Amino acid sequence: MNLTLKIWRQKDASAKGQMVDYKVTDISEHMSFLEMMDVLNEQLVNSGEEPVAFDHDCREGICGMCSMYINGEAHGPDRGITTCQLHMRMFKDGDTITIEPFRAAAFPVIKDLVVDRMAFERIQQAGGYISVNTSGNTQDANSIPISKHAADEAMDAATCIGCGACVATCKNSSAMLFVGAKVSQYALLPQGQIEAADRVKNMVAQMDLEGFGNCTNTGACEVECPKGISLDNIARMNRELMKANL
Amino acid sequence: MALDSRVPKGPIKDKWTDYKNHINLVNPANKRHIDVIVVGTGLAGGSAAATLAELGYNVKAFAYQDSPRRAHSIAAQGGINAAKNYQGDGDSTYRLFYDTVKGGDYRSREANVYRLAEVSANIIDQCVAQGVPFARDYGGLLDNRSFGGVLVSRTFYAKGQTGQQLLLGAYSAMNRQIARGKIEMFNRHEMLDVVKVDGKARGIIARNLITGEIERHSAHAVVIATGGYGNVYFLSTNAMGSNATAAWKIHKKGAYFANPCYTQIHPTCIPRSGDYQSKLTLMSESLRNDGRIWVPKNIEDVKAIREGSKKPTDLSEDERDYYLERRYPAFGNLVPRDVASRAAKERCDAGYGVNATGEAVYLDFAAAIERYGKEQAKIHNIKNASAEKIYELGQAIVEAKYGNLFQMYEKIVDQNPYKTPMMIYPAVHYTMGGVWVDYNLMTTIPGCYCIGEANFSDHGANRLGASALMQGLADGYFVLPYTIGDYLADDIRTGKIPTDTPEFDEVEKEVKDRIDFFVNNKGTKSVDYFHKRLGKVMWDKVGMARNAQGLTEAMAEIKAIREEFWKEVKVPGSANEMNTELEKAGRVADFLELGELFAKDALVREESCGGHFREESAEESGPQKGEAKRNDKDFAFVSAWEYKGEPADAVLHKEELEFKDIELKQRSYK
Repeated sequence: MNLTLKIWRQKDASAKGQMVDYKVTDISEHMSFLEMMDVLNEQLVNSGEEPVAFDHDCREGICGMCSMYINGEAHGPDRGITTCQLHMRMFKDGDTITIEPFRAAAFPVIKDLVVDRMAFERIQQAGGYISVNTSGNTQDANSIPISKHAADEAMDAATCIGCGACVATCKNSSAMLFVGAKVSQYALLPQGQIEAADRVKNMVAQMDLEGFGNCTNTGACEVECPKGISLDNIARMNRELMKANL
Repeated sequence: MALDSRVPKGPIKDKWTDYKNHINLVNPANKRHIDVIVVGTGLAGGSAAATLAELGYNVKAFAYQDSPRRAHSIAAQGGINAAKNYQGDGDSTYRLFYDTVKGGDYRSREANVYRLAEVSANIIDQCVAQGVPFARDYGGLLDNRSFGGVLVSRTFYAKGQTGQQLLLGAYSAMNRQIARGKIEMFNRHEMLDVVKVDGKARGIIARNLITGEIERHSAHAVVIATGGYGNVYFLSTNAMGSNATAAWKIHKKGAYFANPCYTQIHPTCIPRSGDYQSKLTLMSESLRNDGRIWVPKNIEDVKAIREGSKKPTDLSEDERDYYLERRYPAFGNLVPRDVASRAAKERCDAGYGVNATGEAVYLDFAAAIERYGKEQAKIHNIKNASAEKIYELGQAIVEAKYGNLFQMYEKIVDQNPYKTPMMIYPAVHYTMGGVWVDYNLMTTIPGCYCIGEANFSDHGANRLGASALMQGLADGYFVLPYTIGDYLADDIRTGKIPTDTPEFDEVEKEVKDRIDFFVNNKGTKSVDYFHKRLGKVMWDKVGMARNAQGLTEAMAEIKAIREEFWKEVKVPGSANEMNTELEKAGRVADFLELGELFAKDALVREESCGGHFREESAEESGPQKGEAKRNDKDFAFVSAWEYKGEPADAVLHKEELEFKDIELKQRSYK
């Protein structure tokens, strides 16, 4: 396939960015989208230009690093995937593809397609943990049985990879799916109960402080989430918050 | 310098306990005055940083990613071993110890492995307390599954995302300490060298990957937890950014590098599809619990499948060669990774590979789906269930166990693995070699520690499945926090380590000169061009099977590529900004040295063991004909290499391995 790429280039956080057109040729439909980007970058390096900076790492859909906005969608067309799992078979010869960084006030651009997702880190630091000492002197793991249903549901919530697609795709740049997932994981497990009230209050307060918007139940986050994190987690977070404030 | 493993005296089952009872402790008030640098924040580094901070040390942690949650530990799928014996199937500390030493082909250090098995059960307790959602059975207790190379079910798991959940557990423990101010986290920073003062590791030089700024950081001890070097092959299952730089830099400053030739070739990866391929994707070994591996019996069927005139599902049971079940009846599809990988290569080399490149075998779930389907039909009391119904019920069970892996496969290959068998082929995965450490996990540089995959100690020549996560967390949560205290007890009066000293000046200058070289070199070829060439030499001549001639050639070829690299490499952009090409250039420069040492180590080891198969050393007759032939008389040692400039000039030191509690014998899985 031969393709035209329209890519956001921005030298650094303070520079003014712009869309730049590139052509790539002989793209195989078996390539992943990131391999196609590698081909472009190899081409740019060979012609002495700076390659396009983009975040990526594991390339198996689990690290949550790749963060492109492709043709107006976080991680591009196709559902339930990250950009590294997007394959060129989703495109046609002659297509023009628009590639931008994730857009949200709380995710400032660092360079080209790379954004700063430190806001997520600070939210996790505000309460995304159970305050158990890492001493190894904890009780036997089977001493508190957990129903299979609760464990499975907690696992579904814990599956979040922190990629930020939910924020990038939300018209309000809300991080409630991300925060809801972590709150839910611990809300469903007996180990997380003791600090539940503080956890949800602190994490939500930090989320607001970072400049993420609110949820208006549009559901776009759930649609774009590569791991299928459900809106139920937002509902559970809201319930937890209400309970905490009572 | 003579190697001292510092293995404590006494019976193996008491060593760790006795040792802990006698080491020096640092009192809590003094820990506040001691700084520790942890480089790498995956399972090993993350758990170590959290625990050291918990103890009261001031921790500075470094990650090249934007968050510790991205470390490649996150991609581990199948599970974590622990000798809990919850299943009552005969597991024990000794059995886990035995399986690990045997699986590693008797090339690991007994005392370390025993300690690993001993603390394994604590890991599960710790993780559950942290809220890691392990799989549970209907009674609410933890569930287990089995893995290659063992006859018990000791593997704890969280779907096919165990690494993710364990890493997020360690990450959450870190976050708690970051919030308390006990860990200072440096994201998007890369360590580029270590600084020694009076022979001791006292700091690092790091580059801020956003601004390009070169920074000095001091501490009383430095812990390296930066994972393995599988990316020396260019194509591997490692994340794209996984690199050897920190480990290689400490090697160049005096840390011995052990057993570089022990690399695990994982049997169940998605085959390569073309020259553009950037990396390989692993399918968890746990799939071998339910998947049967086969190739067609008749070469005509292989041809028909490759041409597309036949589908694998067209072949009847007796037209298939379930070669693992045929060759290894006792372990069947669950033989260890090195055995399964070599068997797949043997079949493909003989012409039975089932994809276009001839480098794939089938991993088939049809039998498991049917078996589970029938079982479910019974459970749900469905009489005379149709084949479709049975299939549907069975598929649901397989999906619950491995759903994310099947989804991953389908996205990459564009085939539905519930309907047609998966195609798999071996790929470079985990590196058992690494920085040499003593029982304390300290390298040959005083004050410089190395943990997790980056060190060499626990897996011998081959790692059993579900043991990587176990070692990472054992080192970080339970071993290093004790052993480092013994060293730091001497540092309570040292005070802050200044960074405005000649030692820091000198190393910073070396780092800056190298960066300046790259951005100013007027070369014509990209970093990847050299990396791919290196990878090809490594795979062709230092891959799944090696011989003396190939290894000698590889050493010369790698040296030639390295020389060309330093003349011809081109790095666009500048040093004072985010520059991903510059980052890669430094990492590939290190791989170009490590690759040669790797080949040299493989050349010296004139025996086959685990992940190192020397073609000259195979069993010639008897029931083990064609299997790897180990030579305990001459090679029961750890190769620890001392840096002397060119990799070819590295000096070999031998740590003789003693097996007092396990008898060395032929590894048979038949």
